[in-house]
Amino acid sequence: MAEQPQAIKPVIEIDDLSSKKRFRDLPFWFFALILIAIFVFIVISSNEDYNNAFMFIKAGLIITIKTTLIAFSIATLFGLLAGLGRISKNVIINNLARLYVELIRGIPILVLIFFIALVGVPVLVGGMNNLGFWLTERGLGFLGGIFTKITNQNISMNSRAIISLAVTYGAYLAEIFRAGIQSISKGQMEAARSLGMSYSQAMRYVILPQAVRNVLPALGNDFVAMVKDSSLVSVLAVRDITQVARLYAGSTFRFREAYVTLSVMYLTMTVVLSLLVQLLERRLRSHE
Amino acid sequence: MNKADHIIVVKDLYKYFGDIKAVDGVSLNVERGKVVVVIGPSGSGKSTLLRCINHLEIPSSGEVWIDGEQITHDAKQINEIRAEIGMVFQLFNLFPHLTVMENITLAQKIIRGRSQAEAAQVALEQLKRVGIPEKADAYPTNLSGGQQQRVAIARALAMKPKIMLFDEPTSALDPEMIKEVLDVMLDLAQEGMTMVCVSHEMGFVRSAADEVVFMDFGKIVEQTTPEGLFNNPQHERTKLFLSQILAH
Repeated sequence: MAEQPQAIKPVIEIDDLSSKKRFRDLPFWFFALILIAIFVFIVISSNEDYNNAFMFIKAGLIITIKTTLIAFSIATLFGLLAGLGRISKNVIINNLARLYVELIRGIPILVLIFFIALVGVPVLVGGMNNLGFWLTERGLGFLGGIFTKITNQNISMNSRAIISLAVTYGAYLAEIFRAGIQSISKGQMEAARSLGMSYSQAMRYVILPQAVRNVLPALGNDFVAMVKDSSLVSVLAVRDITQVARLYAGSTFRFREAYVTLSVMYLTMTVVLSLLVQLLERRLRSHE
Repeated sequence: MNKADHIIVVKDLYKYFGDIKAVDGVSLNVERGKVVVVIGPSGSGKSTLLRCINHLEIPSSGEVWIDGEQITHDAKQINEIRAEIGMVFQLFNLFPHLTVMENITLAQKIIRGRSQAEAAQVALEQLKRVGIPEKADAYPTNLSGGQQQRVAIARALAMKPKIMLFDEPTSALDPEMIKEVLDVMLDLAQEGMTMVCVSHEMGFVRSAADEVVFMDFGKIVEQTTPEGLFNNPQHERTKLFLSQILAH
């Protein structure tokens, strides 16, 4: 009984600390972000100059979203294959995957976009043309015809932009998938193999379902990153929101309106997506 | 051919990890329906020997024959033989993303080609045998260690294996859960399953083992019956080991 007062004291302190801590942990940055966004939305809807800019730039939204979605889907496939390659015991597959990842990660994305779109694609087209001629010479004209007919003009800059982003992000996602697969304990593979499953069956039914679940938040973060990096395709004159904003600014000299509007559009997309990723992360954790 | 019906034949088996000789020239025959318990200090190569039997570890040299068929380097053949050999691990290794039922039906469906209904029926039979049919829809994380290990046994048995390997199945369990797992193993032994167990449960050795193999430094030091082991160990090393684990 005599000890009670001493016991109460620290409790008050802890409570005090925690309310201070709670205050400190409030996401003020987020409130500020929301305020900025609301402010700019009000300006856009009330100010004619900003409204004009927004109406013009909005036209690029579909291209931005389409480019990101398609490129990310392909990148996920590349990343998964390269990630599996990175952990493969086959020397050739392993080194090819490693080469792909290191090559891409060693070059700036902007340079890669130029390179893949303006060098890689034409070289590929040339290769396919040669294959077509080769097939035709051997009497397989119906097959060869398909390949000889492909020209550089057939492959639009939009497609090249998507290919560039997909190839680039595939290398980054490969490392995420590799880490995800390696995070699953070795016992899982052994248990699956001991039941008679082959390596690929064990991967498909036991390892990958767990690994993919573990890397979903990381994939989400990279998706957000790709929304931003999709702005780089404007260098190929693809009419995404960045390119359209540049055009608008260039023709009207309303730089402030164009770039404020553009920035807020990106910000809205990335903040909303980041919140979704955080939500997903919390849900996954609570299910563990 | 052999007079005795040897379902497992291990001949001159060596397994190196770099410079370490984990298994250093082991030959071992196991008769059909017998229970062999492998004991020995940690690092003596008993787990590695067990894992070489179903080729979870590829031996550096030597032969392993299962039911008259030598295991080769052919991946497909290894997979087929593994399906005939159930294995139970120290850390259970249940698939955490699947329910107990799905854990037990997965391999049945993709390896044995059983239908969902058929596989589920077998799974339920095995769950009843290990005493937890009510846990069919639970996820492994919601089970106790003893229950998880019993599910792992049911998962292996659902494949209708000819042989069961147990790799220290009770060493990760709380003391009060060891019995429920050993009871299942004892039942299995009495039903005539061929079993090779790495275990230090001397009670299990006494009541279920037909043969005991004592290993040290990758070699078989002594191979005897439980009576021989407890009453008349031949080697100094065996006596020392027994005095250490039976001391308390």
